[in-house]
Amino acid sequence: MTLAHIAAFSIGALVYVTVVPARWRGWTVLLLSVFAVFWLQPLSTVRNLDFMLPVGALGLTVAAWWLTRPPDTAVSRDDRITLGVVIAVVLGLALLRDVRPEFRPTPSRPPDPLVVALGLALVGAVALAVWKALRLARWRGLLASGIALIVVIFVLLKTEPLTIATSAWFRLQAGQDTALAAAADFQWLGFSYIAFRLIHTLRDRQTGRLPALSLREFASYTVFFPALTAGPIDRAERFVKDYRALPEHTAQVAPRFVVGGGRIVVGLVKKFVIADSLALLSLNAANALEANSTLGLWLLLYGFAFRLYFDFSGYTDIAIGIGILYGVDLPENFDRPYARQNLTAFWQSWHITLSQWVRFYVFSPLSRALLQRKPKPSPLLVVVAAQLVTMLVIGLWHGVTWNFALWGLWHGVGLFAHKLWSDSTRAWYQALQQHPLRRRAWTVIGVLLTFHFVALGWVWFALPDWETARLTFARLFGAGW
Amino acid sequence: MMASWTWLTNPPAPYRGAFVVRVLLKAALLFVLANVLFALADPLPLLGRLSVYHTFVPPRVRLPYGENPQESYNLSLTSLDAMLASHAVSAPKPSNEFRVLLLGDSSTWGFLLRPENTVAAYLNADELRAPDGRRVRVYNLGYPEMSLMKDLLLLDAAMRFQPDLIVWVFTMESFARDNQLEPLVVRDNPARARELIETYEIVLDTSDLPDATLWERTLIGRRRELADWLRLQLYGFTWAATGIDQQYPASFELRASDFEDDATWHTFDSPQTLTRDALAFDVLAAGVERAGDVPVILVNEPMFISGGRNSDVRYNFFYPRWAYDQYRTLLSELAAERGWRLIDLWDQIAPDEFTDSPVHLTPDGSRQLADRIALSIVGE
Repeated sequence: MTLAHIAAFSIGALVYVTVVPARWRGWTVLLLSVFAVFWLQPLSTVRNLDFMLPVGALGLTVAAWWLTRPPDTAVSRDDRITLGVVIAVVLGLALLRDVRPEFRPTPSRPPDPLVVALGLALVGAVALAVWKALRLARWRGLLASGIALIVVIFVLLKTEPLTIATSAWFRLQAGQDTALAAAADFQWLGFSYIAFRLIHTLRDRQTGRLPALSLREFASYTVFFPALTAGPIDRAERFVKDYRALPEHTAQVAPRFVVGGGRIVVGLVKKFVIADSLALLSLNAANALEANSTLGLWLLLYGFAFRLYFDFSGYTDIAIGIGILYGVDLPENFDRPYARQNLTAFWQSWHITLSQWVRFYVFSPLSRALLQRKPKPSPLLVVVAAQLVTMLVIGLWHGVTWNFALWGLWHGVGLFAHKLWSDSTRAWYQALQQHPLRRRAWTVIGVLLTFHFVALGWVWFALPDWETARLTFARLFGAGW
Repeated sequence: MMASWTWLTNPPAPYRGAFVVRVLLKAALLFVLANVLFALADPLPLLGRLSVYHTFVPPRVRLPYGENPQESYNLSLTSLDAMLASHAVSAPKPSNEFRVLLLGDSSTWGFLLRPENTVAAYLNADELRAPDGRRVRVYNLGYPEMSLMKDLLLLDAAMRFQPDLIVWVFTMESFARDNQLEPLVVRDNPARARELIETYEIVLDTSDLPDATLWERTLIGRRRELADWLRLQLYGFTWAATGIDQQYPASFELRASDFEDDATWHTFDSPQTLTRDALAFDVLAAGVERAGDVPVILVNEPMFISGGRNSDVRYNFFYPRWAYDQYRTLLSELAAERGWRLIDLWDQIAPDEFTDSPVHLTPDGSRQLADRIALSIVGE
């Protein structure tokens, strides 16, 4: 989101609370969210791809809703209208094809509206045919297939060679030079978050935890515009509580504007003042190799660590603030993570919603599955395996590269080491509570150690390849010069 | 919401519409007031002297200049105070130092050269001694713009650093009258530039240097300068960590050696007799006068001399032969007349030692130029 987007959403909130009738607020949020999928989508050099990707996101959302709705319920009028609204927005944006670029909300010229209409009709017909063919299939199997499809798309997007190959395929279809295919062609706005929200709904439907949602509620949840670009990853059952209460927020305009506006202002300062300033002195692939001293490298690493925090938490504050303005209280994502005393506490306060997601859908099921094995493995083995896999998933969520995998493993090992340490020092730690001064000193040591462990982990995260990261790591400790 | 947000979410009294309106009105009022006060107080010069350099990070060895800040960890700005505050020259002068200011254009600044390969760096590496035994320390005050007026402005600002000698390196391009007020660093310091023009009776039109309006002096109007100042401080840390202050391209286009049959130079369409007034000799004279008792060595810098197509018409991309030859004659006559110390090195460096422009040198060329200048410094 740029400053212009944030300003537009904030000013839009004024119109939303003053002009839009309370009963239309849910529809307004849906409309804005569907519109934002196109408006926030980055430009692609592949012809029409920056229009097709948002359509794809909406298509996946509708398909996931279809799979997650209770099979014995009929499609309601509200659902039909929602589908109509979504299609109308897509066609409406395509109709802006001949509008001057500065007045067009799409990043590039949309495709011919007739082609879009025919394409939507064709996709709809194929989906219906597939549905009819599969309706006798096992529901759980269909849900699993849905999850698998999202994971496949996710891997395609996050694995550079596969992304380039996909981009080349799209270039070929568009009659463009395939030699120019690049991963940057395929920037699908917010897909990392959309995918995890969809997997959450599909999986919760499998386990029977997902409440029945209308298409309007489901789509608004999946592509809720403040949380589209950088999260947080809300849970559907929490989101719909706020969503269903939107008409009742009329009496809370002033508090919402103060709190929401306050969060936005704090977020703007964090992102556009602090993070963007720190960007000038933070570690990257170029300056990692240009640094001429160990001290200099540490400086760049600190710059990166704080820049990342202020950038991401700033965006989160903005998203939460805009959400509040529109009546939706998105979950918190950061809680002073660099002030945490140990790595476990760090992961409970850094990208909290992602950590919770993987705990629900990776760590817990994996631990349960391992504990149910015969012969029963040792609990320690279960913990280490589940922690390593969980952190590996978090690493690969950022991109399927060796460095992200190493970053995940770095934290997996760190969490396991912390568990061993805290298990073996429990009595000592309890005794420490009797000595306030020593306890405080230990807190400071813990914070410093945790921060530096996390900061060193950022080396794998910030640098694009193993060799640069390895060399940087060595140089941070005075070797390899 | 988390405990860290209670300051926002748990007010002493519930937020009401009137509170929001009051906050917005007060904020607007404070914003206007801050802008007006900023415009009236003009704190930028004072701010410019505040610097992380010298205290938190080592000072820069050449003036801030960068076309691609993200890769050069350096940027172009126009606050003379901020530029000089970031530079090594603003450090207190040790008693055993013979301080030399080296003025010039991009060649002196060291375009495409590492900091250790500039003329100033080579001169410092030579560990020269002044006749009284003081250690010669040369400060690179070159700046990549070709205008003597820009040099004069820098010289004037740097005089407070107590130089013992000034070496002023230039080429004919810096004498073009239409170049004098072009550099942004001149245009953005109009009051000082005008003062110098008026004091030394330089023939330049001061109406080209209008003062900033009240609006341009507000916080909003000065936001660019403020951002540049902040970025200069932040890039100081990256400069400290890497020692890089310039983008070094993997390859560059070599200076041209073949030319069209073109004898034009700036506003001169055809060969003609040049007078002293046609070139900015008055700015050069003002500089020497501004230096006062501090001796000045004038250096006509070396340039690439082409042997390619139409090299009988042009020496290089910059100069037709007729104009450059007359410039040299006028310069040497004036120097002799006024008793200026002039070293004419125009043809002293081999053509292979020039890189992407007729005056940008290779490290070897820079070393050779430093050797020539060193002789003169020791002589002083």
